[in-house]
Order: sequence, then structure tokens, then C-alpha cells
Amino acid sequence: MTSILEIESFGFRYANAPRNAVADFSLEVTEGSILVLAGPSGCGKSTLLRAVNGLIPHMYNGDYSGDVKVAGRSVKGSEMRELAQTVGFLFQNPENQIFMFSVERDVAFGLENLGVPHDEIRSRVDEAMELLGIASLAKRAPHELSDGQKQRVALAGVLAMRPKLVILDEPTSLLDPRTAKELVELVARLRKELGTTFLIVEHRLELLVEVADKMVVMSGGRKVLDGSPQEVLMGDLAEGYGVAVPAVTKLQKMLAGDGLVRGDRMMTGTELAKTISQAGH
Amino acid sequence: MIEFEGVSFTHPNGVLALDNVDLRIEKGETLAIVGENGAGKTTLVRHVTGLLKPAKGRVSVDGVDTRTTTTATLSRKVGVAFQNPDHQLFSESVEAEMAFALKNFGFEPDVVAKRVSWGLQTFGLEEYRGSSPLILSGGEKKRLTLACILAWDPDAVILDEPTVGQDALQKERLAGTVRMLGAAGKTVVIVSHDIEFLWPMQPRVVVMKSGRIVADGPAAEVMQRREALDSARVAQPQLVAFGQELGAKPERPFVDALGARRFIEGRRP
Repeated sequence: MTSILEIESFGFRYANAPRNAVADFSLEVTEGSILVLAGPSGCGKSTLLRAVNGLIPHMYNGDYSGDVKVAGRSVKGSEMRELAQTVGFLFQNPENQIFMFSVERDVAFGLENLGVPHDEIRSRVDEAMELLGIASLAKRAPHELSDGQKQRVALAGVLAMRPKLVILDEPTSLLDPRTAKELVELVARLRKELGTTFLIVEHRLELLVEVADKMVVMSGGRKVLDGSPQEVLMGDLAEGYGVAVPAVTKLQKMLAGDGLVRGDRMMTGTELAKTISQAGH
Repeated sequence: MIEFEGVSFTHPNGVLALDNVDLRIEKGETLAIVGENGAGKTTLVRHVTGLLKPAKGRVSVDGVDTRTTTTATLSRKVGVAFQNPDHQLFSESVEAEMAFALKNFGFEPDVVAKRVSWGLQTFGLEEYRGSSPLILSGGEKKRLTLACILAWDPDAVILDEPTVGQDALQKERLAGTVRMLGAAGKTVVIVSHDIEFLWPMQPRVVVMKSGRIVADGPAAEVMQRREALDSARVAQPQLVAFGQELGAKPERPFVDALGARRFIEGRRP
């Protein structure tokens, strides 16, 4: 299996900052996988994302140590315009990312900036809009769309660049639960159909547990937990690091401690209720 | 007290965002507004400080019609933390950002200094005092906007999606702040998709769909109504769904995991 992202003992201290925002951080991400990055606010997640998309060190000054490689190329030694074609970034709030007068112009914006030939832009934009089910919105003004639709437009703009790695910064935070679930399903489908790798920062974990391959938890600029979502959420340490363990999982852990249910595999609320009823409790 | 009487509002693009809404929010009440994207929640709260004026009907704060006064006057009474903090942060430093409204409202310099320090400490932002608000993370920006508002001590606060970008510990602290505000007699209105955050606080819950209020009542009652919630695309709290499957009494839902455990242990032979 090929690694799409290799982070080797990466550390960064912003200019004039008293301490490192990230320290001695190593991680390898396999191509085509979905990785969830969690951890308390201010733990260094944003800094790490900036180091992957190149804003660090190209736009932020500071002390850089170790190395970050995307698709085998060192981020430090790459130009921003090269990186823009390998790493896609979806901001938390799509309003910060979409601004053109029509959906299709918005989706085309990144490609136009790179000077991609017109015909190529047309076909890639159509493809991306088709993929995200927004072809019918092509001529609409983005600001008139719903939040869920705006997010799809922003994501289409990212995917039109055909990045190998897509970073999603809290993609579901502004979406209602049903729309959020649809987005997560879309991510799973894109991974399968395009083989895209996703690096997702998220606090609402209940939705991602089923599709993620791996979960990494950061605290104080360091990696503190690294495993499958199961291992991380069922483990004893996650809550102490500010990870939002779903209420039903918390309950399962308590009941497992009482010897009433198993504690090795995470259950949904329905499964847990059934298990308890069947056991005659 | 905030009151909506027969309020309708249509966006310039022709979308009917509020459709004849009646809602009375009592002083000291903690109220959550939930509903799918585009249901009209944000449009509703924008009417409270007069940012939007109703096309039909009347919105009043303490009996004063929002059309007869200014947003500045209303803001002194009702503080709003917007969904996107980038829309309300503009100063050169975090400290200056916090001081801005306080100075505008005419507080004395020593009061301003005290309240700025209080806000930065309470919301864990002290280390950024001299930094530009723009370098803060999304979650930190949200906390800063809330700190700014609470610093001028309004009677009511409106929080539009306050948990976005907040980790579990920050959410717990935020829930603590909401409880504290409630205990201090403040009115708190929270617009949120984060049902799991709202549930343990047991607020009054208003469910919106297509610009209308489709359910209104205590969380314990509204969150049991699976069909109404489904039609408004609102998720049931995990523990409520779990309790229903287990046959727990609807009038005594599980507020937290501990409550559920007590119930299960109570049923053991």
C-alpha cells in the first residue's frame, strides 16, 4: 500500500510564539483511506493541516523541523501552485470559499487560476458537478443555495482540481444531522469511486465512526492516540483528551464495566437496547 | 421578554423564510431552536435585534417594537453571537476586539479593562490578548465573540450554532456558561444542530420547518415525538431513542448515561 502522506517528526513554532504548536509529530496515511483527526481546540490540528497544504512554511513564518511529504514530495520544497493540485482543502464554512456569481464559475475558479485550458476546465467542472449531484444548480447563484448545497459546491471546486488528498475541516458542523449524514456517505462514495484520500477534522464523531479507517487524537501539539475509531473511542483515554465520545458509547462502557454487555466492540443504540433486553435486564 | 406576533419574512430572492410565526420567549428562559438547514432559524433570530424587520407582523423586545428603535439600542439588551464569527471580528488584537463594544456602550476605562480580563480568562483566550483575532482557530473565534457579548452584560443572549469548532471539554464549559446565565436570570436562545449538546441542558425546544414552528415544549416532551422530529429532519438524542427501544417511561427520559445505567440496574432481578 502506498502512502499519500508521510509526516516525519514534524514540529513547528510560530514566529514570536512561546512554544511549539506541533512537536515531534509522525504519521503515515495510506492512499485511499479516511482518517479522522480529533483533539481539543488549540491542540495543533490547524497547524498540522497548514503544514500539509503548504500554508506552513510558505505563508507562515516560524521554526520548522522534521518533514512533511505529500505523494512523495516534500511540502517544504514544493510550490503552492503544485500543492494546490495535490491537496484539496474544504473550509469549515463554505461561505468563506464560494463567492462567484454562478455555481459553475465557482467550481471552475481554481482551475482558471492554474491556467488550465478552457476545454479541460469545462469537462472537469461538469464531471465534478455531476459527481456531487449539483449539475442542475450550475447557473444558480451560490449565495441563494442551502448550506448543504453550498458545501457541495465548495467540495466540487476542490474535486475539480483532482487532488489526491482532500482535507475537510469540520465538514458537518453547520449541517443538520440528515444533511451531515449525506455528506459522510458522499465522502465514502468518493473514496471508493475515485480512490481519494480524506483527512477529516471533526468533533462530531458519531457519524464518522462507520466510514473512517483510522482515528488520530492530538493534545498539546503531540499525537496521543492512534488507532481504529473503535479502539480510540472504546478505550479509556479518549474522554480525557477532550474527544466527544457518543452518549451511547459512554453508556456501553459503563455497562461493560458492570459486566452487563461486551466492551470489545462498539454498538449502536439499537444494538445495545436489544442486547440488554435479551439478557433480561 | 421577546415576542413574535404573526411574523412573516420573505428573502429578496422570493423564498418565504418565516411564515406567520408566533413565539413568546419569557425572561430567564433557556430556549433551543432546532430544524434542518434553511428552516428559518437564523432568519428568526436576526429579527430580534432588528437586523431584519418583519414584512408582516410584529417583533418586540421588552414591549418595544423593533421597527421603532435602532439595532444599537437593541444590542445593548440582546447580544448575538453569529454563526460565522468572521462576520463580527475586525479589530487588530483580541483585546481591542473585546474592548470595542464596551467602549461604544460608554463604559468607563477601568470597567472596560476589568471586563476584558474577565472575558479572556473565562473563555481561555488570555494567551492571545495581543494577537490578531484572525490567527485564532474557528473554535477560539466563536469563544471570543461570546466573550465580547457577555462582557457588556445584556439581558438576553442569542447563540447561533455555538458548538461549531468546539471540542468536548469546551462544549461542557459552554453548557456550564449557559446554565450560569440561566441561573443569573438571563434569557438564552440557542440555535443549534447539535442535539447531543442541547439535550442534557433540558431547554424548552422549538422545532422549525419551512419557516413555521412545528413543535414547541420542554425537551423531555418534544424529543419523544419521533415523527414530528423526522419530518423536520431533526435527530432524536441518542439516549432518548435508546430509552424508547428499552421501553423506559416517556415522562422520565435518560438525561445522561448515568441515568440510563441507574434505570437498567433498577430492572435487574
